Amino acid sequence: MCLAIPARVAEILGGDQAVVDLGGVRKEVSLALLDDVSVGDYVIVHVGYALQKLDPEEAARTLALFAEMGKPA
Amino acid sequence: MKYVDEFRDGGLARGLAVAIAAEASPARRYSFMEFCGGHTHAISRYGVGDLLPAHVRMVHGPGCPVCVLPIGRVDMAIALALRHGVILCTYGDCLRVPASDGLSLMKAKAGVGNMRGDVRMVYSSADALKIAQDNPGRQVVFFAIGFETTTPPTAVVIKQAAALGLDNFSVLCCHVLTPSAISNILESPEVRELGTVPLDGFIGPAHVSTVIGSAPYEFFAEEFRKPVVIAGFEPLDVMQAILMLVRQVNEGRAEVENEFARAVTREGNLKAQNLVSEIFELRRAFEWRGLGLVPYSALKIRREYARFDAEVRFPLDYRSVADNKACECGAILRGVKRPQDCKLFGTVCTPENPIGSCMVSSEGACAAHYTYGRYKDTQ
Amino acid sequence: MNKVRENYVRPLDLKHGRVDMTHGSGGRAMAQLIEELFAKHFDNEFLRQGNDGSVLPPLTLGGRLVMSCDGHVVSPLFFPGGDIGCLSVHGTLNDVAVMGAQPLYLAASFILEEGLPLADLARIVASMAKAAKDAGVPIVTGDTKVVEAGKADGIFITTTGVGVLPEGVALSGDRARPGDVILLSGTLGDHGMAIMAQRESLGFSAPILSDTAALHGLIAAMLATGADIRCLRDPTRGGLATTLNEIARQSGVGMMLDEAAIPVNGEVAAACEFLGLDPLYVANEGKLVAVVAAADADRLLAAMRAHPQGARAAKIGTVLVDDHHFVQMTTGFGGRRIVDWLTGEQLPRIC
Repeated sequence: MCLAIPARVAEILGGDQAVVDLGGVRKEVSLALLDDVSVGDYVIVHVGYALQKLDPEEAARTLALFAEMGKPA
Repeated sequence: MKYVDEFRDGGLARGLAVAIAAEASPARRYSFMEFCGGHTHAISRYGVGDLLPAHVRMVHGPGCPVCVLPIGRVDMAIALALRHGVILCTYGDCLRVPASDGLSLMKAKAGVGNMRGDVRMVYSSADALKIAQDNPGRQVVFFAIGFETTTPPTAVVIKQAAALGLDNFSVLCCHVLTPSAISNILESPEVRELGTVPLDGFIGPAHVSTVIGSAPYEFFAEEFRKPVVIAGFEPLDVMQAILMLVRQVNEGRAEVENEFARAVTREGNLKAQNLVSEIFELRRAFEWRGLGLVPYSALKIRREYARFDAEVRFPLDYRSVADNKACECGAILRGVKRPQDCKLFGTVCTPENPIGSCMVSSEGACAAHYTYGRYKDTQ
Repeated sequence: MNKVRENYVRPLDLKHGRVDMTHGSGGRAMAQLIEELFAKHFDNEFLRQGNDGSVLPPLTLGGRLVMSCDGHVVSPLFFPGGDIGCLSVHGTLNDVAVMGAQPLYLAASFILEEGLPLADLARIVASMAKAAKDAGVPIVTGDTKVVEAGKADGIFITTTGVGVLPEGVALSGDRARPGDVILLSGTLGDHGMAIMAQRESLGFSAPILSDTAALHGLIAAMLATGADIRCLRDPTRGGLATTLNEIARQSGVGMMLDEAAIPVNGEVAAACEFLGLDPLYVANEGKLVAVVAAADADRLLAAMRAHPQGARAAKIGTVLVDDHHFVQMTTGFGGRRIVDWLTGEQLPRIC
């Protein structure tokens, strides 16, 4: 369940609102569920709310792991 | 799309497929339940099953909020729209769920007899709040469904409604809890005693876990000796999680591992959790479609916020309604049967005319199999 | 004393005026609306006949007549890349053109809602007139009705098109044969997502333009190749998935698509991700699908790509023997799945 998508914070609007960008599409979302969000952060957006920040280092590590685990042993 | 496209790469998928095939022992079978409909959808939509060896089987779980919503709760929403004349706001997913008397919210919107429900689709809980602000003369009810991912946004609007002093906004709360449903499955006789549902491990929810963290699954790993791998909803995440589960099984481990480390921590989102516990409390029991009454498996609105509780504001009775006798949704949601085992599947029950809830939501096991996978039944 | 000016009518207030019930009453107000707006913009020798119907010249080319009709309802009325006016011309022209016919004439019927700003109506009519002129197809007859406020959504436009089908051209959805190749003229989902992005409640802003366009130029170039085209269709409502399922059922065949070959603009793909929609099911208004004999596929594809409207044309799949008439797809991920009919309507979803 729970359709959600990572998007980049493009603008902080105040009032717990922000504009996020996904591949050129911009959407206003609520930041009411997160603290310390800055422009440039990636957040996971669900039903118009940012649920969690995305950790770019962990993302890079996971991608590297895909490649490594998928290598013929 | 950064953090999306990379996780759908076909080249990396082939590598992982080779690794899974190499490491899954031909001497045994592996059955893993993906709890979430999000995983079910990803597996079907990207054809992940075609990349798995035959002895690694995925069992669909009950993690689809639309599918587990009992008929009686939809009946309540329809009653609010038709009999109480409210503006009933709902996520698009709920519009077509079959309810009693052949009704659905979609049909209530079109009109029943001389009654016509004012049913409005919203994309966000905030839209429902705005509709209430824009219609001060009308009662507005938000039909709130979903797991832990969707609950915090509902909590936010209840708190905002309180701050705004809105007296025409309330919530029909149907939020349910993931860990209780997993417990229910693990404790079911089919899994525990009969062994009719062999479960060697779980793929844990992606977005639910961003909120609740990975800690709640530790109990399952310890108590039931089942490995859990929390995974993102992209298809490579699923492949990787399957490989991690195969390794745990091979090595006799039963641990909680986190493939979705880019968004899930052990603690989860504490701000969201605190907000949820400020607004909601546990229900003693809640009926799930397929699982029946599950103790402490859902939330209700706390007494302090009772004026935003549609069940308090309106005279609504919950009436449990049995599923169609021939419908196997219950067994399918528990992993006991597969969609194609149901006599109704693809005959009288289709996405156009769903009999059971698993055929309604696009991530329900039946709809996913019908829409994406039924070519396999013909081979 | 002022002299009464005979037959004086104050001109339509195109700045602040609105459609009211008199504009559909059959009286002077209606005559004025037709004269100052519709007749002025659509002007051609047939409309100038001024009768209840238009007398059209006999067909000199030979061939059979093709006729098609399409109702247009869209909200909002104006969207990036177009409006209901040009859409109502393109939609019907394309339905005639994908039959292989050369469109000749259009008829238009308008249902106006009381309260519609005349400025909006003027913009829509001007846009229709331009689309018809660009396409070289005159609007030769029409009708206007007004309904009370609340009984329509601003304006509904139904258009009918007539065209002539040259001898020897026979395109039909039942002619796809196993081995045939499926070509698509360009990117998917632009129209549907351009409309969706305008819905205020979704809070989007996306640089997505509707692809609304008349396709008969592209189709003429395709027919000129002499390729053995079995069938052409424009995948509008229900998207590519629905169109291909229709052809598969009509022809009694299956299909296998290659997801990686199907062009989708990045912004459309992103907007679909936000809303949980699949571009294969999103509406297009300026694209076509061609089923062609395999031997002619490359030649036809080259002709499509040489035309501006087919610059991103692609070979997206093949026709198979399949008693179940399934449309299947090899996913970009390397798996396989069915591409089914659209169920219900495309709604944004949360799960």
